[in-house]
Amino acid sequence: MATAPKNRPARAKRVRTRITDPDLPLGLTPAQCRHMYRQMVLIRRFEEHAAEAYAQAKVGGFLHLYIGEEAVAVGALNAGRDDDHLLGHYRDHGYALARGCDPKACMAELFGREDGLCHGRGGSMHLAEASRNFWGGYAIVGSHIPIGAGMAYAMQYQQRDQIVLDFFGDGATGNGIFHEGLNMAALWNLPIIFICENNLYGMGATLAEESPVSEMKIKAEGYTMPAVQCDGMDVLAVYETIQRAAEHCRSGKGPFFVEALTYRFRGHSMADPELYRDKAEVQRWRTQDPIPRFGDFCVEHRVCSPKELAQINEEVEQQMLEAVAFADQSPWPDPSEVDRWIYAKPIDPEVNALLEQDGASALLAPEPEVKEAGV
Amino acid sequence: MAVVSYRDAVRGALRDEMLRDQRVILMGESITGYGGSYAVTKGLIDEFGPKRVMETPIAEAGIVGFAVGAAMGGLLPVAELMTVNFALLALDQIVNSAAKFHYMFGGQWSVPLVVRTVSGFGQLGPTHSQTFEGWFASVPGLKVVMPATPADARGLLLASIRDPDPVIFIEHSLLYSTKGEVAAGNGEATEEIPIGSAKVVRPGSDVTLVGYSRMLLQALRAAEVLERDDGVSCEVIDLRTLRPVDYPTLVDSVRRTHQLVLCGEDWRTGGFGSDLLSEMQDRCFDDLDGPIQRVAMRDIPMAYSRLLEKALIPTSDQIVEAVRRLN
Repeated sequence: MATAPKNRPARAKRVRTRITDPDLPLGLTPAQCRHMYRQMVLIRRFEEHAAEAYAQAKVGGFLHLYIGEEAVAVGALNAGRDDDHLLGHYRDHGYALARGCDPKACMAELFGREDGLCHGRGGSMHLAEASRNFWGGYAIVGSHIPIGAGMAYAMQYQQRDQIVLDFFGDGATGNGIFHEGLNMAALWNLPIIFICENNLYGMGATLAEESPVSEMKIKAEGYTMPAVQCDGMDVLAVYETIQRAAEHCRSGKGPFFVEALTYRFRGHSMADPELYRDKAEVQRWRTQDPIPRFGDFCVEHRVCSPKELAQINEEVEQQMLEAVAFADQSPWPDPSEVDRWIYAKPIDPEVNALLEQDGASALLAPEPEVKEAGV
Repeated sequence: MAVVSYRDAVRGALRDEMLRDQRVILMGESITGYGGSYAVTKGLIDEFGPKRVMETPIAEAGIVGFAVGAAMGGLLPVAELMTVNFALLALDQIVNSAAKFHYMFGGQWSVPLVVRTVSGFGQLGPTHSQTFEGWFASVPGLKVVMPATPADARGLLLASIRDPDPVIFIEHSLLYSTKGEVAAGNGEATEEIPIGSAKVVRPGSDVTLVGYSRMLLQALRAAEVLERDDGVSCEVIDLRTLRPVDYPTLVDSVRRTHQLVLCGEDWRTGGFGSDLLSEMQDRCFDDLDGPIQRVAMRDIPMAYSRLLEKALIPTSDQIVEAVRRLN
């Protein structure tokens, strides 16, 4: 009789302050859950605003939206470490934002402005921020698969404990470079997670048209690495799977392949009339929308109230309006600087000729100083 | 100074740079136990082990992509592609990855990568006897080097490995056994030959012959014949670097000789010489006393049979004829 009343208020207090929730799986804290929810909303709203800007011709070229697939980037990047190396494909806004890149700088890059992540040289398909070990969106399908393996080798060689997360789509598995990269990663036991976002389409080709097998993991199994599928519309399923994969890689057991079953709600790019798929199919997948799905989870597990979810949405919306305004106001890159960054060490043969007279040791001096001294 | 072969000069530069810098790794097909298709890396596996001399699968695109990633991860990879013909399989990684990242990502990082490969012929047939230096040289973001002598092979390879940008280093199979004097140093900076510097290898006053790689030797031979038989004094320039081209050295020479013959092994149409010709005409039109002459490969796939092959390969005789056309 004496112990019962003592425990009851304590439990009630725990629920009210949400310090921990015994019902949350995977050792997650409420703060982590709110963070992941916010990130998914951030990606969604960012892209909705990007699409609007595209319609207004503020964004040029190609724009590929990740809408529907947010759980993959967010689940995976929260499961890995912040200093793990990240490489993604051209549908790359989600990776940038989930890695913590400033939405303003991302939007400015889409707008082709000087304040963009890559100063307007890369655009939507080539976001990158090396200081966050986000090594880019790669727009040649599959090209970054061996590049990721090479980075993983560099980590292994230098005995650093970072691993590589390399994202690509089902379409990439039909390209030889996919097989070359997996072959080398397995051969040399490299710390890399291959994350295949199987969204059922390689641009406008259905899975059945582009692959003899419907499960991409089968292709990885031939290279003797563990290969698993997970529900890519469920951020926690992705989180759990990548956590397991990361542990495997970090403990020196070699590469790991994860196939996230997902779906893009929008066309391949803004120019896609989506003639190759059934609208009913899109509607069916929309019922799996990872954002409300995880929102429901958060409410059920008392991570936050519906009102707090709405507040997160409002805050993100405000943040996106600021990002668009920032991009709008950012200066255009200076056309006189269009030849900047072709080389890390630009070579001017006129300077070389002078250097030869002075002896090659003058080469040790920094390039700009040599140029001034010589000319 | 020691007299060494072109092959040993390349190997020596690789070895010295590996001893000097732990970040340097080699990777390629059959470069360990086999020693490399042209025996350039022979013995290095014994000295440096499989972590630094990596035997790769036969996967050229994968090799270069992997090397790009290794470079981004902090290493200094030297990737060997068995011949330039096979480099076509890696073109995407060379052009769309290595050459682009520094520019495309706004200067955030560079790709300090060397791709060593080989051009040449010798009854190898249509798919194994090509030269594509012009293709690589057309890509902003790449540096392209083609040494003709053992000393240049060493000095330029040291410079290439130390360069922060991707360098395509093209050797020539028919030069591997040629010999020359090479500094017997241990790789100090003074041994580097700067990328982007041509060299006047034979001064002359009547006509300028520009060659690179094996065609430099053909140009030197032609210069001897022309001096002996025609009393024509040829200035011979070794281009050494194809991107960027050392135009000041070329222009300076043409201003003195007023005649120019460009000697290359790639196809006449769209070959590297086409571009060189266009640029030199722009820069030297008023200095030239006659049309710029070109010696190049005929626009025909290389044939296997000995006499057919001989009918296609550019020679010193053709250079002599080109000079005689001018005079």
